[in-house]
Amino acid sequence: MSDFIANLDPIVLGLLKGLAVIIVIFPIAGACSMAERKVSAWIQDRHGPNRAIPFWFAWVPVFGPFLQRLGAFHLLADGLKFLFKEEPLPGHVNKLYFTLAPVIALIPAFTTVTVVPFGAYLDEAGRIVPLALANVDVGILAVFAVASLGIYSMILAGWASNSKYPFLGGVRASAQLISYELALTLSVLPVFLWINAPGTAGTLSLARAVAFQAQPGFWGGMWFIFLMPVSALIFFIALFAETNRLPFDMIESEADLVGGFHTEYGAFKWSLFFVAEYSHMIVGSGVFILLFLGGWNPLPWVPLSLVAEKLGFAAHPVIFGAVSTVVFVAKILCCIFLFMWVRWTVPRFRYDQVMRIGWRGLLPLSLVNLVGYALAIALLQPAR
Amino acid sequence: MAVIQVQRKPLTLAERFYLPPVLSGMKTTLKHLFSRKVTLEYPEQRPEIPPGYRGVPTLVKDPNGREKCVSCQLCEFVCPPKAIRILPAEIPADSAQAHVEKAPREFEINMLRCIYCGLCQEVCPEEAIWLQNIYSLAGYQRDELVFAKDKLYELGGTLPDEHYKWDKKKEAAARGNRDH
Repeated sequence: MSDFIANLDPIVLGLLKGLAVIIVIFPIAGACSMAERKVSAWIQDRHGPNRAIPFWFAWVPVFGPFLQRLGAFHLLADGLKFLFKEEPLPGHVNKLYFTLAPVIALIPAFTTVTVVPFGAYLDEAGRIVPLALANVDVGILAVFAVASLGIYSMILAGWASNSKYPFLGGVRASAQLISYELALTLSVLPVFLWINAPGTAGTLSLARAVAFQAQPGFWGGMWFIFLMPVSALIFFIALFAETNRLPFDMIESEADLVGGFHTEYGAFKWSLFFVAEYSHMIVGSGVFILLFLGGWNPLPWVPLSLVAEKLGFAAHPVIFGAVSTVVFVAKILCCIFLFMWVRWTVPRFRYDQVMRIGWRGLLPLSLVNLVGYALAIALLQPAR
Repeated sequence: MAVIQVQRKPLTLAERFYLPPVLSGMKTTLKHLFSRKVTLEYPEQRPEIPPGYRGVPTLVKDPNGREKCVSCQLCEFVCPPKAIRILPAEIPADSAQAHVEKAPREFEINMLRCIYCGLCQEVCPEEAIWLQNIYSLAGYQRDELVFAKDKLYELGGTLPDEHYKWDKKKEAAARGNRDH
């Protein structure tokens, strides 16, 4: 099987991987939007959507009603609605860029998925081999570089809509991105300073960060969230801003900007923006988990390879890979729940507050954090 | 003193860091996440209708099965949107209800016009028209929503009567109206 995949033409392989991303991320993003509606309902003491059910599914005894209560079929209904409803194209927009914007939103969102390792398996030599569609050594850099391109789609959408609220949304998008990208990038530097001890081969690989959190011993098995809580906090907050989640969704900001950048959008194009947003959330929380929460290792000080040895599936790469993926995805889902929980708890910041938090709060804090950890690491790590 | 000066305290350090208030807010929302839901799931669960509710207007009969309306037409005249139309008629002399003044031959309430104000109930001297607890009304055609007399009685049913006014009148007439 692996030989067959390895012998495929690289273009065919690339297409297959791209298809895999689309097939996996689209439903997950849809499910996230459904989960968002359910979580918001539960937090507001409501039941949330729980009506839609195909009549033949209602015959399934317990499972059918359970899925109905969970709103699973509203997800299908929503998807179908977005596919089949009329695509409005307002007369005053720049048609080419207006149509292009949602596509451009999707491309970086899906591209980042490919470089995030989502699991691992042990090869014959007992080394951990990460599972990723494109296991590049620049890892985190690739994620940052491509993910920030996503904001162009919002700027483009705001500009191409040729009306004032989307335009303001687009302007805010660019301002917010610049403000928080700095803090986001600076906050992960201590992690890579710590990983790349002088004298060893330098790497920005996310899988390496996970392997570093799965070493034996008290310090080795410690997740980076305990080692660098400030970094983790800054990263997490900046992640909210980067993915345009409340309390930082200045770009959408429906109270003052109608709908922000997507005011003029409808139907499938509108839903593409949301698939992109959830995809960014998934990738963002995935990176957060890889860097600070031990990736696919179930608990701090309990690496997955140890669990595999105890339960005896260390020699089965398929089982190991599946378990690692399940652990990783479970962590991502918890993280996304946290995103939603925060969203339905706090109101939106004002624009000036967002700027103040970014420039006068997070940026200096991340600089101080970086310098502090740089000094500490220089003192702790003996030069080799 | 009408004006109450509210002290605006400056934000504490914890509040200016945003995180502690956000965490306490998240504690609150977490509690609500697991609390009992307040939604009334309508078609399955019905709201409890309080007494005195003004639902669809109906005509009622007294416990003896006599239709209470005497077609005085006060409701027709008072009805602000002119939803009620009454055609009064004599009661035949051989009827058991011959002692009653009149009865409607036709009584229509156009529910497309009715505004549920309850003035008809308020004005009725016979307590014959009642806005009861029917709150959900729908139809496929306009004709369906013009309620005729039999429909109105069907919806109204029988309500207890405190007076039996016309029976007392009949008795009094039998005694030669001495007490009147």
